[in-house]
Amino acid sequence: MARNAEDNSQNMTHIIAVLVENKFGVLAKVASLFSARGYNIDSLCVAITQDPSISRITIVTRGDAQILEQIRKQLSKLIDTIRVMELPAGEIAERELVLIKVTAPKEKRAEVLQIVEIFRARTIDISAEALTIEVTGDEGKIRAILELLRPFGIKEIVRSGKVALTRGAKTLKSVKN
Amino acid sequence: MTTKSKRPTPLKKKKISGAEIIYRALEQEGVEYIFGHPGAVLLGLLDLFLQRSKMKHILTRHEQCAAHMAEGYARASGGVGVCLVTSGPGATNLITGITDAYMDSIPIVCLTGQVGTSMIGNDAFQEADIVGMTHTVTKHNYLVKRTEDLAKTLKEAFHIARTGRPGPVLVDLPKDVMLGEASFDYSDEVDIRGYKPRTKGHTRQIQRVAEAIKESKQPVLYVGGGVIHSEAHKELLKLAETANIPVTWTLLGAGAFPSRHELSLGMLGMHGTAYANKAVDECDLLLAVGSRFDDRVTGKLSEFAQKAKIVHIDIDPTAIGKNVSVDIPVVGDARQVLLEVNKLVKKQKRSLWQKRIDRLKDDFPLSFDAPDGSPIKPQEAIVALSEEVGDKAIVTTEVGQHQMWAAQFYQVSFPRQFISSGGLGTMGFGFPAAIGAALARPDKLAIDIAGDGSFQMVLQELATAVQYQIPVKVFILNNYGLGMVRQWQDLFMDRRFSEVGMEVAPDYVKLADAYGAKGIHVSDRADLRPAIREMVETPGPVILDVVVDQDELVFPMVPAGGASKNMILQDQRKKKPLKGKLSALPDN
Repeated sequence: MARNAEDNSQNMTHIIAVLVENKFGVLAKVASLFSARGYNIDSLCVAITQDPSISRITIVTRGDAQILEQIRKQLSKLIDTIRVMELPAGEIAERELVLIKVTAPKEKRAEVLQIVEIFRARTIDISAEALTIEVTGDEGKIRAILELLRPFGIKEIVRSGKVALTRGAKTLKSVKN
Repeated sequence: MTTKSKRPTPLKKKKISGAEIIYRALEQEGVEYIFGHPGAVLLGLLDLFLQRSKMKHILTRHEQCAAHMAEGYARASGGVGVCLVTSGPGATNLITGITDAYMDSIPIVCLTGQVGTSMIGNDAFQEADIVGMTHTVTKHNYLVKRTEDLAKTLKEAFHIARTGRPGPVLVDLPKDVMLGEASFDYSDEVDIRGYKPRTKGHTRQIQRVAEAIKESKQPVLYVGGGVIHSEAHKELLKLAETANIPVTWTLLGAGAFPSRHELSLGMLGMHGTAYANKAVDECDLLLAVGSRFDDRVTGKLSEFAQKAKIVHIDIDPTAIGKNVSVDIPVVGDARQVLLEVNKLVKKQKRSLWQKRIDRLKDDFPLSFDAPDGSPIKPQEAIVALSEEVGDKAIVTTEVGQHQMWAAQFYQVSFPRQFISSGGLGTMGFGFPAAIGAALARPDKLAIDIAGDGSFQMVLQELATAVQYQIPVKVFILNNYGLGMVRQWQDLFMDRRFSEVGMEVAPDYVKLADAYGAKGIHVSDRADLRPAIREMVETPGPVILDVVVDQDELVFPMVPAGGASKNMILQDQRKKKPLKGKLSALPDN
């Protein structure tokens, strides 16, 4: 019977959506909270919502159930936080946008473009030595295309971090529960 | 509290300066004292203190002490403490006090001057990003960018500081925002969509608490500062007496329950009473109210209250389940929840459990030896003080051995009588806090039970106490050194005393004299009580320097990270030295 949750050691990935006041300094407060309490951030994505007074932050984090509960509660405790919700895996549509600059000299270009096509990615820049590819998808798709492109030589990469919405008509209401 | 709108309507239209808006907002909040230290960016606001008289500005000698005074005022009065300092170093000097207030959930509003908005980010003279620096040690903080936003921001700041789980709120005030003009309107109700603290406990959970109490044979109430903040002491007393539940408290919970009550177990934890710790070990139901399972309370978590079902009543959901998994969580205000619980709890006798508790109290009493001819023992000095002044006093403490002895031996009867820095453990807290407490409660005698090490961190505030003739008393248990660290070196470092000696110390009688205060020195047992009486009877600030036995240690002691079964009950040094124990200390 372990009272202290120190003994749980699952290190699952979780996606947390946070609605916050769209104000100066709010992101810094969220980020400070994570660093001060030693929580992980795998990715963090923030932008304005349909209501210009509200921003939505999507955080991908890791931890056991107890840590996750603390993260949710601590985020809720911030005065500028309007709502916090863990997005349940399997019931969400999640996407990440990745831009990949891949080495693609003339002789290899066709091969790279074929991969781009198969993955329904897009070529957004082209030069003699390199292609820049835009790909959107869930984690599995991103991992797969990166694996296939790696042998060609990935010169540079930028990832947006995950964003996600729950499936169906339900929304994250902007009222603190 | 005092947020009634008494504002005459024409002001709504007329534009006034930002400084004036701040002044009026403070008036509307019913602020009596502002603890501060000036600076160039505050000129406009400072000027208003010359013309008006209702609010009094107390000029401190160091900004850290302004924050502690505001805390002392808040802790003693139950209201919000206010401090006002300048930008840059003024603001950064506040940080220790702010953190102290954050750790102990004390409502203070800190107003910091800031360089003009156009200069922010330019590394301007006396610029510091105080909002950035205090994100994690304030309940909330603001940088006000427009004069029009001042009134609303200040109203929110006070609201946030005093409601829910209280805490410090910082408002950063750029120079041009205070110079600009806007109309003043303080009538709007505060409505922050992201901040709606839940005060009423869930009905079903409250029923489960009542059922658990009914089923329990050996319950213990473990109460903390939350009971004091929510003024739940009457409801606590009623619950304890109705259901016959013994009560133990944390350092911050001292005063929540009368220490002389037969159900009282005293403080628990690292230096708690042995019978409190043993009762927690043996209990089958632990009712935590407004306490947060701090490591100084629990020791080794996996062995804390192992047999007990745990109920946790707290207004802060993050406190619940943070350190210990809880069987019945109740989010709500301690007073409101206990009121509801009391409606469901019936008279219950627990003669066996009471007998067991009495037995523990008999077998493991708090004790110390003070043989004739020995130096004054610090414990006996506290006992003497407690007996001489008792409930006439509000006591504050610094941090260290004297603090633990005060918690063990000073008989505390009412809430807000015992004021101490718990979470942060800030040496230098007690003296400025006593100044704040003296102003908040002029009907009581404010006494700082101090160690010499702590007092030397803040003794410049003697000037403040003398300047305003604040009748604060400093009761120094002087062991010429840093006793608590010395104690750890004694127990765990084979008595290798490194960097803890402070043999070079001021002559406190001369020091008091130099500041225009009264100083008294005692080193003989026979002089102790007369000196205490003289301290009490002398008007104005007094230092009573009591030279005590340097070798005295605080017992019982649960070594850090240990379980209460590893509690060291009393001084065993003469029997066998505790060698090589450092490796047994996992954490701090």
